[in-house]
Amino acid sequence: MSSNPGYAQERETTEGKVFTVTGGDWDTLLSGVDPIHDERIVVNMGPQHPSTHGVLRLVLELEGETVTDARTVVGYLHTGIEKNMEYRTWTQGSTFVTRMDYLAPIFNETAYCLAVEKLLGIEDQITERATTIRVLMMELNRISSHLVWLATTGMELGALSMMIYGFREREFILDIFEMITGLRMNMAYVRPGGVSQDVPDEAITKIREFLGFMPQRLKEYEDLLSGQPIWTARTKGIAVLDVTGCVALGITGPVLRSAGLPWDLRKTMPYCGYETYEFDVPTAQTADVWGRYEVRLAEMRESLKLVEQALDRLKPGPIMVEDRKIAWPAQLAIGNDGLGNSLEHVAHIMGQSMESLIHHFKLVTEGFRVPAGQVYVPIEAPRGELGAHVVSDGGTRPFRVHMREPSFVNLQAIPAMAEGGLLADVIAGGASLDPVMGGCDR
Amino acid sequence: MSERAEGLFGVTGSGDTSGFGGLVRKRPIQLEAQRPYGGWFDEIVDALEEAYPGFADAIERVVIDRGELTLHIVPAKIAEVCQILRDDESLRFELCSSVSGVDYITEERRLHVAYHLTSMTYRRRIRLECAVTADQPRLPSVTSVYPTADWQEREAYDMFGVIFEGHPNLTRILMPDDWDGHPQRKDYPLGGVPVEYKGAEIPPPDTRRAYR
Repeated sequence: MSSNPGYAQERETTEGKVFTVTGGDWDTLLSGVDPIHDERIVVNMGPQHPSTHGVLRLVLELEGETVTDARTVVGYLHTGIEKNMEYRTWTQGSTFVTRMDYLAPIFNETAYCLAVEKLLGIEDQITERATTIRVLMMELNRISSHLVWLATTGMELGALSMMIYGFREREFILDIFEMITGLRMNMAYVRPGGVSQDVPDEAITKIREFLGFMPQRLKEYEDLLSGQPIWTARTKGIAVLDVTGCVALGITGPVLRSAGLPWDLRKTMPYCGYETYEFDVPTAQTADVWGRYEVRLAEMRESLKLVEQALDRLKPGPIMVEDRKIAWPAQLAIGNDGLGNSLEHVAHIMGQSMESLIHHFKLVTEGFRVPAGQVYVPIEAPRGELGAHVVSDGGTRPFRVHMREPSFVNLQAIPAMAEGGLLADVIAGGASLDPVMGGCDR
Repeated sequence: MSERAEGLFGVTGSGDTSGFGGLVRKRPIQLEAQRPYGGWFDEIVDALEEAYPGFADAIERVVIDRGELTLHIVPAKIAEVCQILRDDESLRFELCSSVSGVDYITEERRLHVAYHLTSMTYRRRIRLECAVTADQPRLPSVTSVYPTADWQEREAYDMFGVIFEGHPNLTRILMPDDWDGHPQRKDYPLGGVPVEYKGAEIPPPDTRRAYR
């Protein structure tokens, strides 16, 4: 009998030698083949895969369960938004950019509008109320975006209940957005010159309600996940990327801050008056998925502080620039399918003033002209630096708009995070980047 | 960018009898900035001049517009300039934020590549711009200096057909591999089909009458 219990047991009988095959002796068959070579397989993950956040495709070369080579394939959601914008007016551009990163529409709109306003040279004319509303909306949007991150990452790592709670609270924020803008997502709310609609009083009550219960909910998430052994095992020490790696690969946002560098454009290169708000930039030292989880949780708390401060600052006033050559009507009625007409404005142009009608027609069909030149305006989106490179040739339509999308740039870190790790950790590492393919592919 | 624009509507040769078709508008040309540039712009240019012996041959012109500094660089020198900008202690542009293409179709060297660099140390931003012709759209890749430029250069290649020499894997990134042409060039049509709406036919956006 073989001394190795892994081999098939053998015994002598009158018919000859008999083997009792239990499956263990397949090893001997395979020993003739190079085991490493035989175990090296290429796995295609995506573009239709529940754990790749949309249509991201990963081509992974595996040795056993270890990833030796990871390649990222993007472009499945390319919709030609940048090209399309060259054929619409400057104001219509807002409707396009909002569809890029669909989890952070307000950020896309704000970056684009700040760039257009800089080209127009009207930054100083943007009213205080409009700027405060932008900050308010951005911070609410940051919370909703981070909630989706927490929800989906929880789901991908096995914490299914986190998904339900995350989406529940996000839905509350989307209700607030709907109350203010008429739409849950893709609102085209921020427009060159201000915002499209004032914040109604009911929405302020609802935001106060949100501020009331959210800190407790955040604590619940932490209670749910932080002490959970599976969650810690799947996040601590996983997908490490230090500051050097981040800067070399252009990674910004929570991933960079999780490595310990407090680089947040709201603090380092303020815009929209962020320098006048009181908030901290949370960082972690671990540079792993756990650190990114902690940073995002803390950022939601900071955003709550910012929302509260913005609410306190909201004083009655105009929400659009005074210049009638730029300002679109900004007191719109909300219909059941989003923003509708401004009833007062329609009554004015249709019933009272022919000149206003002509002016309205010109402004909406022709649009306004933007002096030639180019600007680059970066803001701190939930995923990192979102930059709008906008070029004008002096016409009524953008000559070129390029969005520096943090999702696109950050996805370059996947090989650095995944190679040498386990297959299951590719999911954790990829999720920790929080890529949104709509933003990545544009 | 063209220096003059003719007509009011985008469509030419139509029976426009309004007279607006004869309008001619002149567009301002971006002038080269003269010293002193003001603020920290002088510091940047001085530091680069001191650290980079080939400064005079590499910098085509300096433009300051809307509070942003743009250095127009000779395409062949872009990687060298980036190396200095990243490594010199008084410059320290550690982060390459964005690389994007622009097609100024009326210019001789129509394809421009704009690099937006960020100095995290000094909290400054500058733009480098290179212009190449459509026949010889070649310039060195900056991926050896800024690995983050990898995908962004691929996008510029995909969309504008700019060839970055020395790039480790210059393939299409957003469009399918077998795609013909470079979609964001200005002479590449937007595409689209006419759509019927309430009995009328609405032409695709790029063939609609539009104000320029």
